[in-house]
Amino acid sequence: MPDFSAQTAATDAVEFKGRMLTLSVLKLNSADLNQTEPALAAKVQRAADFFRNMPVLLDVAVDGIDLPPLVEMLRRYGLVPVAVFQPSAAVATQAAQAGLGVINDPKAARKAEATVAESSAESASAQPITAAAPPAKAARNATKVVSDPVRSGQQVYARGGDLVVLGAVSPGAEVLADGNIHVYGALRGRALAGVQGDESARIFCRELSAELVSVAGCYKISEDINAKLAGRAAQIFLEGERLEIAPL
Amino acid sequence: MAKIIVVTSGKGGVGKTTTSASFATGLALRGHKTVVIDFDVGLRNLDLIMGCERRVVFDFVNVITKEANLKQALIKDKRIDNLYVLAASQTRDKDALSQAGVGRVLEELSEDFEYIICDSPAGIEKGALMAMYYADEAVVVTNPEVSSVRDSDRVLGILASKTQRAEKGERVKEHLVLTRYVPSRVAEGEMLSVEDVCEILAIDLLGVIPESEDVLNASNSGVPVVLNEESKPGLAYGDMVDRFLGEDRPHRFLEAEKKGFLNRLLGK
Ligand SMILES: Nc1ncnc2c1ncn2[C@@H]1O[C@H](COP(=O)(O)OP(=O)(O)OP(=O)(O)O)[C@@H](O)[C@H]1O
Ligand SMILES: [Mg+2]
Repeated sequence: MPDFSAQTAATDAVEFKGRMLTLSVLKLNSADLNQTEPALAAKVQRAADFFRNMPVLLDVAVDGIDLPPLVEMLRRYGLVPVAVFQPSAAVATQAAQAGLGVINDPKAARKAEATVAESSAESASAQPITAAAPPAKAARNATKVVSDPVRSGQQVYARGGDLVVLGAVSPGAEVLADGNIHVYGALRGRALAGVQGDESARIFCRELSAELVSVAGCYKISEDINAKLAGRAAQIFLEGERLEIAPL
Repeated sequence: MAKIIVVTSGKGGVGKTTTSASFATGLALRGHKTVVIDFDVGLRNLDLIMGCERRVVFDFVNVITKEANLKQALIKDKRIDNLYVLAASQTRDKDALSQAGVGRVLEELSEDFEYIICDSPAGIEKGALMAMYYADEAVVVTNPEVSSVRDSDRVLGILASKTQRAEKGERVKEHLVLTRYVPSRVAEGEMLSVEDVCEILAIDLLGVIPESEDVLNASNSGVPVVLNEESKPGLAYGDMVDRFLGEDRPHRFLEAEKKGFLNRLLGK
């Protein structure tokens, strides 16, 4: 690396910002490119615009994958692989060589905690439920209320809590929340609830005309949304791994 | 202190310059000292529509770079007192506009004028951002079609975040002017209706200007169409100015014309 220490660098030329994003996860259930490629091609074809330049996190669920040709193939389809999710040691080495990052799940630890908490609550079921409530409340962030319309090109994110939009969300606008999203005008843009992985998050809207809806990373694009629900009041939630859209 | 009003749209060719010219002329006609500035550096259009293209000696960029002072660059309208034009430069590019320079010129104009109308270039790049930065109010010009409405929506978002007022936590007051409206095509479902557009953009409707060849004729002869009181777009622009000044005017020319007996008689 060149030695810059002698220069008087403008320190604000670069900035690290703690910014959280949602990343689509591409789960690989096969190590065989001859299987993954046609499957991917079929998916990408259905919404080329949506996938173009989309950053993806690779979740390798099988052994014996060869990362470099896979990465090369994904790029050919316009995807931008950025990192590998909780890889094995072998895959991690390949990732480093391919210039990809490695991301380990902070939630995994939390999930373990949660399970413990649940089971202990069960065993002590005789106790009044309110006893558990105060700490949960304290951890919850305030709801973010947006009273102006969210316009094309704008993005609103309710970190750590729910988002309430009183007006419309325009096409080309994006609303995100760690918790639930309520839209009282027409929802015409993109809405992503539970972006930190809360699978119980929901989206509620008075008029569903969304370009995309997502809960905890499971999404549907507008062409996959039942036309019967278009323009109607609806809620969107996860049922297992499936994203459900139901009239309100 | 002058009120600074940007006329903007996002999408090109929707009628910003036409609207700026008629709006400024209408304000001046009603006795308000008004200047209209062409921010479309490199293209120069406004002076043609205002009919003063042969009297441009110095332009907006010259004033910003201090090659000329305002007195030298302001072109006084020949027909109407109180009306002045600051033309764009045809030879420079957009980078000639600096935020500080624009601010200084607007401040100087503020001392003398009641209204400053900024005719924005299309797009959401530097020139457009510069035209809107100091605005107190915005006239968003939209055509009744999806792509134009979408761009206007985008511009409204930018007005709410990238202007000086937004930086100070204040609002730019927004108005909608829907131009090139063809009621018969709306009736056929080929064009968005006033209601559709208002529903999507959710801002105050200042005017609806019908599509008419009178607009092109007016531009070609260098007379802002608002001065043609025989024409529908002229009357519609007049109403728009009155509404802006707080008068109550019902919207006209929204219905498809029935080819009735009287029209046939008049050969219209
Ligand atoms: N109401 C109308 N009826 C018919 N033609 C119109 C109307 N309004 C504008 N036009 C025509 O549309 C064209 C574009 O108008 P204008 O130059 O005012 O748009 P603009 O938004 O300023 O364009 P640009 O983005 O290039 O600056 C011109 O030819 C003009 O005559
Ligand atoms: Mg123009």
